[in-house]
Amino acid sequence: MNGNENKVETEGFSLEALHAGNPEEFSRLVDAYSSKIYRLAIKMLNQQQDAEDVLQETFLKAYRGLKSFDGRSKLSTWLFRIATNEALMMIRRKHPEVVSIDEPVETEEGEQEPLQIIDWCCLPENELLSAETKERLDVAVQKLPERLRVVFILRDINDLSTHETAEVLGLSDTAVKTRLSRARLRLREELSTYFGERRNDLRETQLNKSMHASQKGSG
Amino acid sequence: MMETTNKHEHKNCRQLLGSLSEYVDGELDEELCSVLENHLEGCEDCRIVVDTLRKTVYLYHETAGTENIPSDIRQRLYKSLNIENYLEK
Repeated sequence: MNGNENKVETEGFSLEALHAGNPEEFSRLVDAYSSKIYRLAIKMLNQQQDAEDVLQETFLKAYRGLKSFDGRSKLSTWLFRIATNEALMMIRRKHPEVVSIDEPVETEEGEQEPLQIIDWCCLPENELLSAETKERLDVAVQKLPERLRVVFILRDINDLSTHETAEVLGLSDTAVKTRLSRARLRLREELSTYFGERRNDLRETQLNKSMHASQKGSG
Repeated sequence: MMETTNKHEHKNCRQLLGSLSEYVDGELDEELCSVLENHLEGCEDCRIVVDTLRKTVYLYHETAGTENIPSDIRQRLYKSLNIENYLEK
């Protein structure tokens, strides 16, 4: 067994069986990564039909390309690269005006970014993880420009390492860190606006309750 | 950090902003880390930014795993790949 093959074996797959087109081994590969690929696609595209198309196209291309897959990268890295390209092509097709992912970042870190100082950490957990909050989290991701969105999704939603994200996107580790930082700061900004409002609403409700209670008590 | 009633000068805060993401991951190099932590001791606004940034990452991590592929989409995927025999019921 050579070193390259080792990389695939550590992910729990037999490269030999995959090269031979063994359907059982291929189905194990689909089973292992389809959820993460779908998550990447739905967060990139925010549209179920488009995400499904990207998912299918990714594995069709993978199936066709497996014969020439040399095991120099991890299978997951290779699959995420196919899926990312498919998702970006879909965006280009639908929104040809969108800028390229390789476009250099225009301002120095933090220079022009707004910065809200609202401490919403102490909000109760059921408030922070409510269904409405989850929707807001998705909306905030959609607002990110795609070059930041794709890095954020791979790193913080799909839990890839900095280096693996860099390999998927063909970027340097430093570029991944910079983009992740920008993405997270922008998301923090969005969430600060939202949770700041929620915090005020909660305070108002509590105030009304206590006023109501004291009126009752005195009346 | 920007407009604030604190007495402290906030000139450095924006320069530190770019290192906060690595800081919450615990990956910031030692020297920068101690500069930042010294700063945080005296700057409540920056502490709030760090805490809410950490919470932002946490919320996405917490909710990410709950979103799985819908079963009808999964079924169509297996069918399109001709591996529906391996679909676990």
